Amino acid sequence: MAKRIDVSGLNAYYGSFRAIEDISMTVEPRTVTAFIGPSGCGKSTFLRTLNRMHEVTPGGRVEGKVMLDDEDLYGAGVDPVSVRREVGMVFQRPNPFPTMSIYDNVAAGLKLVGGKKKSEMDDVVEKSLKGANLWNEVKDRLGKPGSGLSGGQQQRLCIARAIAVEPNVLLMDEPCSALDPISTLAIEDLIGELKERFTIVIVTHNMQQAARVSDRTAFFNLAAVGQPGKLIEIDDTERIFSNPSVQATEDYISGRFG
Amino acid sequence: MSNATLSDRRPSTLRAASLPKWFSWAVAAASVALGLGVSAALGLESSIQWALIAGVLFVAGTFGIAARVEGKRQAKDRVATSVVWVAFLLAVIPLASLVWETVSRGVKVLDTYFLTHSMGVVADTEPGGGIYHAILGTLEQVGLATLISVPIGVLTAIYLVEYGRGKLAKAVTFFVDVMTGVPSIVAGLFILSTWILILDMGPSGFAGAMALTILMLPVVVRSTEEMLKLVPNELREASLALGVPKWRTILKVVLPTAIGGITTGVMLAVARIAGETAPVLLLVWGSNFINSNPFSDPQASLPMYIYLQYANSGGSGAAYDRAWAAALTLIAFIMILNLAARGIARWKAPKTGR
Repeated sequence: MAKRIDVSGLNAYYGSFRAIEDISMTVEPRTVTAFIGPSGCGKSTFLRTLNRMHEVTPGGRVEGKVMLDDEDLYGAGVDPVSVRREVGMVFQRPNPFPTMSIYDNVAAGLKLVGGKKKSEMDDVVEKSLKGANLWNEVKDRLGKPGSGLSGGQQQRLCIARAIAVEPNVLLMDEPCSALDPISTLAIEDLIGELKERFTIVIVTHNMQQAARVSDRTAFFNLAAVGQPGKLIEIDDTERIFSNPSVQATEDYISGRFG
Repeated sequence: MSNATLSDRRPSTLRAASLPKWFSWAVAAASVALGLGVSAALGLESSIQWALIAGVLFVAGTFGIAARVEGKRQAKDRVATSVVWVAFLLAVIPLASLVWETVSRGVKVLDTYFLTHSMGVVADTEPGGGIYHAILGTLEQVGLATLISVPIGVLTAIYLVEYGRGKLAKAVTFFVDVMTGVPSIVAGLFILSTWILILDMGPSGFAGAMALTILMLPVVVRSTEEMLKLVPNELREASLALGVPKWRTILKVVLPTAIGGITTGVMLAVARIAGETAPVLLLVWGSNFINSNPFSDPQASLPMYIYLQYANSGGSGAAYDRAWAAALTLIAFIMILNLAARGIARWKAPKTGR
């Protein structure tokens, strides 16, 4: 299930503006990798290059290689739609489909792609909602609209929706930044469970969160506003937070930064 | 003791003198009375002048008295409120009187017989007859125009919002804007010169429907475009990130989210073209007989029926009554459409309930 991501020499652009410069890193399967760094340093842009969502933005383009096990996501003839089925994504703000019920939201990925029977669908929905620790809260109102849930529940609904299509990798772009501490805790526990099955990459501004949930941490930084963001270092989370090899990382983590 | 009374009497900084609640009503009643009095004294004969005088007096009186008693800021607040009220009444009076006039004159001959019979055996100057043929014509012409312009309009809007970049999209937007301003008679003349004069087709409901399409299309494109722009980008991204192809994202996520607004826009466009007379006059010609085939021979339509009853009757009271009844039917038809659109919009709107 879970696959390794191997990035080498990756540049991403918005029009003529280079947002991230020459990033190379490896994301191990069945681990949680956290991206930290100041705003505007390209964490989210980099995350979006990993499932080809970057090119959805007008003017967005990418140079370099992203290997998912042994396939290049940016190789010739690769269909971005199939890439996104392998690499799922959870966004910063919970965004359930407002016209759909809770059930349909979870089943959306399968339904919109087509080719599943009703009974199979029921199983997948139940399994995904259980996987997102939401089943007990919503099992009696699967037909109700998803937008009626609380923010934290909505975000877990979005996670259920993302894992329902059985991706190999799950990308999370600040999944807890719009949530209260209790809901955040629920999502963090969930991330711990999900890493048994998926490769997880999470962008966060919360350093404690990175320390709590991740196995490896990557620190991004940019020289100045208007300059492209760069990967400063990536290492085991414990090392990054106790004894980083680059001074800038230590400054950022200990709050001496800018 | 003296201390206590002193502190009681000290003016509060949070409370100011305020006028009683009936103040606005009193000023309104006084200005209406004064307006009537002034116009009677000056011998003004128009039935609307006294209302305008009363409106001005109401705004000025409110400001004057409130500025005295309550202070400048409250006075400005009251003036703003009263201007809104006066403007509202001025806008409602003609509307209400139009509806009243149409209903009171239209109900005279409006019955099931009137709705189910044509003018086939009745001369324009005689009583009797009905508007069945005109209702049929309007339904068919508007229906055909809607069938043509909704798919084209919605697809154009989807192109503009979801795919269009660069020069082509800009050109399309520009021409849609230009089309919005085309007068209906010009649309009628265009179809007349191409369809009837060059291609040598006869007048028909379909020819009228094509002219109505030209009028309806830009309205549908514009309103659909605005509604699609309102759909949050996050929803598109959420769907794309699930590995859903773009066209299915548009079909299953974007359109359902916007469907309520799109329906309302389409209904407004229908309401706009249902009352068009000029192109129908040029292209459908009108008829006193029932013609259920919109693709050949002249047809009737409600707005044209109203016009012809007025123009061809030589001042016959029976024809005027029929014209009013047809006008009432047309208004009712459009109102029912609007209500239906609201119903659909509410039914299809994204649900927020728990």
